[in-house]
Amino acid sequence: MKLLQTIGQSSLKFLAKLGRSSLFLISILTGLAYTLSRPNLLIKQLYSIGVLTFWLIAISGLFVGMVLGLQGVYTLSTFGAESSLGIMVAASLVRELGPVVSALLFAGRAGSALTAEIGLMKATDQLSAMEMMAIDPLKYIIAPRFFAGFISLPLLAALFSAVGVLGGYLAGVELLSVDSGSYWSQMQSTIDFHDDIINGIIKSIIFAWLVSWIALFEGYDALPTSAGISRATTRTVVNSAFAILLFDFLLTALMYGEP
Amino acid sequence: MPCKSIEILVGLFVSLCIAAIFFLALQVSNFSALQDNGSYTLIAHFENVGGLKSKALVSMAGVPIGRVADISFDPDNYDALVKLRIDARYNKMPSDTSASILTSGLLGDKYIGLTPGGLNEFLQEGDTIELTQSALVLERMISQFLFNSSDKDK
Amino acid sequence: MISIRNLTFSRGNRKIFDNISLEIEPHKITAIMGPSGTGKTTLLKLIAGQLKPDSGTILINQQNVHQLSRTALYKLRKKMGMLFQSGALLTDMSVYDNIAFPIREHTQLPESMVRTLVLIKLNAVGLRGARHLMPNELSGGMARRVAMARALALDPEMIMYDEPFTGQDPISLGVLVKLIQTLNQTLHLTSIVVSHDVQETASIADYIYLISEGKIAGQGTPEELYNTDSDWVDQFMQGKADGPVPFHYPANDFTTDLLACNPAL
Repeated sequence: MKLLQTIGQSSLKFLAKLGRSSLFLISILTGLAYTLSRPNLLIKQLYSIGVLTFWLIAISGLFVGMVLGLQGVYTLSTFGAESSLGIMVAASLVRELGPVVSALLFAGRAGSALTAEIGLMKATDQLSAMEMMAIDPLKYIIAPRFFAGFISLPLLAALFSAVGVLGGYLAGVELLSVDSGSYWSQMQSTIDFHDDIINGIIKSIIFAWLVSWIALFEGYDALPTSAGISRATTRTVVNSAFAILLFDFLLTALMYGEP
Repeated sequence: MPCKSIEILVGLFVSLCIAAIFFLALQVSNFSALQDNGSYTLIAHFENVGGLKSKALVSMAGVPIGRVADISFDPDNYDALVKLRIDARYNKMPSDTSASILTSGLLGDKYIGLTPGGLNEFLQEGDTIELTQSALVLERMISQFLFNSSDKDK
Repeated sequence: MISIRNLTFSRGNRKIFDNISLEIEPHKITAIMGPSGTGKTTLLKLIAGQLKPDSGTILINQQNVHQLSRTALYKLRKKMGMLFQSGALLTDMSVYDNIAFPIREHTQLPESMVRTLVLIKLNAVGLRGARHLMPNELSGGMARRVAMARALALDPEMIMYDEPFTGQDPISLGVLVKLIQTLNQTLHLTSIVVSHDVQETASIADYIYLISEGKIAGQGTPEELYNTDSDWVDQFMQGKADGPVPFHYPANDFTTDLLACNPAL
């Protein structure tokens, strides 16, 4: 009986949170015009969200690509199929690893930073003060951060995939002497622009939406104490991870379901 | 007010990532191959398409000249109706060109190979390729082989 | 100017305000005092329309605050200034930009005019030379003065101070007290000061409301309250350790407790 009660309460709390966050999202989206009329805000946020995550994504992409190259040669050589290394590296990156891993890294670095920043602004009454000055904090503070995240993540995901392919080349061709011609040519004939690259970009756009939404909402909803903020940042990373992986499954099933 | 350096860095960031997208499009995918110089459609009927899939390669003399656009069942002739999309540059196909479903390598994907005929008339948009050879189905070959060898023993 | 009539507000099961009525006179300094946790900050938020009462009305210049549309409410807020306890300065902007912020957002004045206004406001609080500092470089007292300048940026008609004297050293205290009084006089403001610092507040307030347990425990001019008949008001105003609000938390007889055989009792 108690278990049912707990489940019921948790579900109600979850629904209430979903409702609050949906209203939150709608207010942000209506702030698009406001954000576009103040490009300085957007540029500042693009800097702190996008530019400062650049090196993390680039270096991670390089190493992931190199690992794929090494593991790929090791596995494919049992079938005598080293020449397919290019396909393996590119397909893994463009379809899955690029969008997903960069989204997870983004949630950990930029998402948690956003949550902490907004939570702290709430705790120090900055959001209230803005409301008292008749300026809507959702439009001035939150909306630019949302749109900056929305723009940054797909760009970073593309960067991750591109650097990864180069990393695979470094590991496979330069280090393990796979034929460079077949690396590129097999890749080019198999990776389809519409099916693979565009789908990858669509995935990262959806992830960008999710991560920015979750990060900003957890900050906005946090309890204005130090414990509250730290719990909120943890929730951002955890909930973002769940959302990314869940939607990755749904999108992959949708996009690659039928042969 | 963001200072100049921030704006420059943001611009650099965005342009690097867009360069990455172009790299992916051009070097990694078949984007350049998809440049649509225009194409025209040809139809071919096959008894058995085997494992031929839509978007499979159509080639002549081993060079890719198009893709399979659509595979459907023809209820009038009880065979497979395959639509081929050929690049518009290759519009001088003799009307007695034949199409066969071939396997790339030993166990690879199926593709359509076109062999030119000798007539001076050329195939137009929507024309049908008359001479076709279906895919070799492995089981049939094996049963034929067994049938033949048991025949020899007699 | 501000009429609060029959206001009731509860949070959860606790009644913060139980059917209270106040009048805030224009161009005067009205103080709202009381023990910690009686909801004085909540009252300011109710006046500003950030919270909605369970029942009762709050009228500002005959306008019912909680029946206004969002645009009308925002218009009303431009005529209100609010000073938060911590100053609540925007941490990623300099002092200058913090004060310029409401001016730039709500008016289309050219930068030269904005500069003039900012310098005037900063001069009024004595911090014109500090305009390029960042909020984390300011002391607590300086941050509050900057916040005061920001609250005055749009030339409001009324200004609300939330615990302005809490935790300040004697000099900053003196500065803040002087500023509140001077600004109220020279700018013809209506000021509401929420505090529990009796001495400082009583020295500048024209009228005081004492709120305790959701009701008005006393009201009057500072002189009236100092010469009150009510024991509770007297204990509060004089800061006596014991009185109607007892020193000892309810417990058993002391001798019985000390000599108890079972230490768990």
